[in-house]
Amino acid sequence: MLKALKARIIQGYRTGTFPKTEPVLPDRFAGRPVWDKTLCTNCGKCVESCPVKAVVKNDGKVTVDTGKCIFCRDCEEKCPSGALKLSKEYRLAAMTRSNLLASDGIYEPERPTDREFLKFCGKSLKIRQISAGGCSACELDFNVLGTLAWDMGRFGIQVVASPRHADCILVTGPVSRNMLLALKKGYDAAPRPVWVIACGACAISGGIYADFPETCGGIEEILKPDLYVPGCPPHPATLLEAMLRLMNKR
Amino acid sequence: MDNSLFINIDNGSAVPVEKVPVLETEKFRASLIEAVKNKKREILSFFAMPEGEKFKLIAILGNALAHKFEISSCVIGSSFESMAQKVPAFELFEREIAEQYPITVTGHPWLKPVRNPDKTDFYKMSGDAVHEVAVGPIHAGVIEPGHFRFQCMGEDVYFLEIALGYQHRGIEKLMQGKLDNRFIHMVETASGDTTAAAATAWSHVIEALSGNNAPDDACKIRSIAIELERIACHTGDLGALSGDVAFLPTASFCGRIRGEYLNMTAELCGNRFGRGIAVPGGVRTSLEKARAEKLLAWIDRVRPELYHALDLLFDSPTVLDRFENTGSVSLETAESIGLVGMAGRASGIRRDVRCDYPLPEYGGNPPAMPEIDVQGDVIARARIRYEEIKASHIYLEKMLKEVPAEGLSAAKSENIVLKPDHIAVAVTEAWRGALCYAAVTGNDGSFRRVKIVDPSFHNWTGLAFALRGEQISHFPICNKSFNLSYCGYDL
Repeated sequence: MLKALKARIIQGYRTGTFPKTEPVLPDRFAGRPVWDKTLCTNCGKCVESCPVKAVVKNDGKVTVDTGKCIFCRDCEEKCPSGALKLSKEYRLAAMTRSNLLASDGIYEPERPTDREFLKFCGKSLKIRQISAGGCSACELDFNVLGTLAWDMGRFGIQVVASPRHADCILVTGPVSRNMLLALKKGYDAAPRPVWVIACGACAISGGIYADFPETCGGIEEILKPDLYVPGCPPHPATLLEAMLRLMNKR
Repeated sequence: MDNSLFINIDNGSAVPVEKVPVLETEKFRASLIEAVKNKKREILSFFAMPEGEKFKLIAILGNALAHKFEISSCVIGSSFESMAQKVPAFELFEREIAEQYPITVTGHPWLKPVRNPDKTDFYKMSGDAVHEVAVGPIHAGVIEPGHFRFQCMGEDVYFLEIALGYQHRGIEKLMQGKLDNRFIHMVETASGDTTAAAATAWSHVIEALSGNNAPDDACKIRSIAIELERIACHTGDLGALSGDVAFLPTASFCGRIRGEYLNMTAELCGNRFGRGIAVPGGVRTSLEKARAEKLLAWIDRVRPELYHALDLLFDSPTVLDRFENTGSVSLETAESIGLVGMAGRASGIRRDVRCDYPLPEYGGNPPAMPEIDVQGDVIARARIRYEEIKASHIYLEKMLKEVPAEGLSAAKSENIVLKPDHIAVAVTEAWRGALCYAAVTGNDGSFRRVKIVDPSFHNWTGLAFALRGEQISHFPICNKSFNLSYCGYDL
């Protein structure tokens, strides 16, 4: 007992200062892509290089779908003029699918408009996570939010053991065919109203596994997400910021 | 070993397919059984691939003493006779072959599905006091899906059946054909917590097939990434083990400290899981002197906190009482089912890919294998992990200190052309154990077959054995002490 108390003193108070202050991100952090049309030579190498077909060029305008993007920097590396870059913007989440498209211009994260959600979950959000073909990176970094470094319990966000206790189903993975039934059953078991978070490129669009016959290419066709959190996997700061914004706590 | 039965190759090298002996089926079987059973070779990979109207079976064994892989093959029609009765370690590989191709494995004791959870033909005990507990695929925590079925008498588990396949994405099938820019990302996410080790193994396969070796600098960076991955995972699991026996101090300390190591990986490449470090031809991320010094100072700060948290765990009588003599896997069992890596070492199998089949990554000086007395129980797996954390720290410090003033630079291959009709094999010691990538190219240099064997593929059976005779309440700590990958197994 005394040893444990002493250990607590030695280890100290370690909960981070986010969201009061901005998170400390590594200098090589890959965030929201930004396209600078004044530098673009229209060569199309970014489109060719993208392994997940997230980059498209229409009428000379380059757009990156962050719902597909795995933030691998292939496009940035291949861009000869430095027109397409991955910024350090970690606030990637959106509530509508079309707001995941990144191009030029000023970016402002989307504000919540779902009044029913704010009424039910604005103060406390109980989440049941379902992994459906995820590689475990999304799961691990969601788990991290429960550790004392992030301590999402401070904001009333909690993981619950059963969908019966959940306000919200958080899905990771491209939805493997073998998990489709369990995912549907898990969702059906949650009391109504229930909301859905698509966490990571796989859940949003299938990511790397988009057109695999053994997967469903994300949850869009199965459950309509109320929150899209891009990333491969999303950084804990990205995911926590997303949930706090959805709850109008930020 | 008789050269007419096997061809010997080094880790991370390629050989023309025609040089791999094609034996008669009976001779192939006999020589594999002999090699594994009597000569203690380990099975790294065993798979089938179509050969015209027929199928070719390819076996890749490891000869640790000679530091060589031994490859052999045979051509079969639509069936072959099982080896599982003689060598249980072949059991799962044979089931996989039977599931992937229209091949019948005669005489196999139980050809149950490997990655098809729709088939629910579970083993059932009968009797008045027998009851069955079914868990999953969705679990109570934030983890991947899998189905566990316990046959119990009272609290005692007599038999645990593990049914997986929920995470199956069909990676191997999609990796047939021409090499494209998605492959490296599939490899990195085959099991998302083993990214550095997997990408390194895959890069060696491509390098062997294209003849472009990675420069020394790149190899050093890869080894740093792999060891950071190991420390982060072991730290997280020791914390989780602590949480599972309700010893909350270490559970919460380790949860935070694991993040420090993930952040160190992110310092290297921007991603906490080591995405985009190892690539064919080298690494994408350089390691400058200043960055290395920052990492060194970081490790200096965090390491004492980690050791303090872990010493507290191993000093607590309530923890030791739960860990000791729980979930034992004897050396005999471990050898017969072919346990690998940390779990194998905890049962006394003295094998480590970093020493047994050296790659240029560790430059002949890999982290030392722990020299502690172990009995294959939960405490053994926990202690081994702590010792490996210490060994990896020593290695990391040495490597980071040795970074020259001009830093370690990045390098990668462009426009890769693969040699036609070759087979390449590379194995790395991922934090769970031996991770094997094998690839066979066709006459146009595209892939005829890519075979991935995650360490979890070898070790899930170990968890089933660990639970025999245990109380069902011991499942969480037994499970966590292995912490196997669902997606790495399901692919």
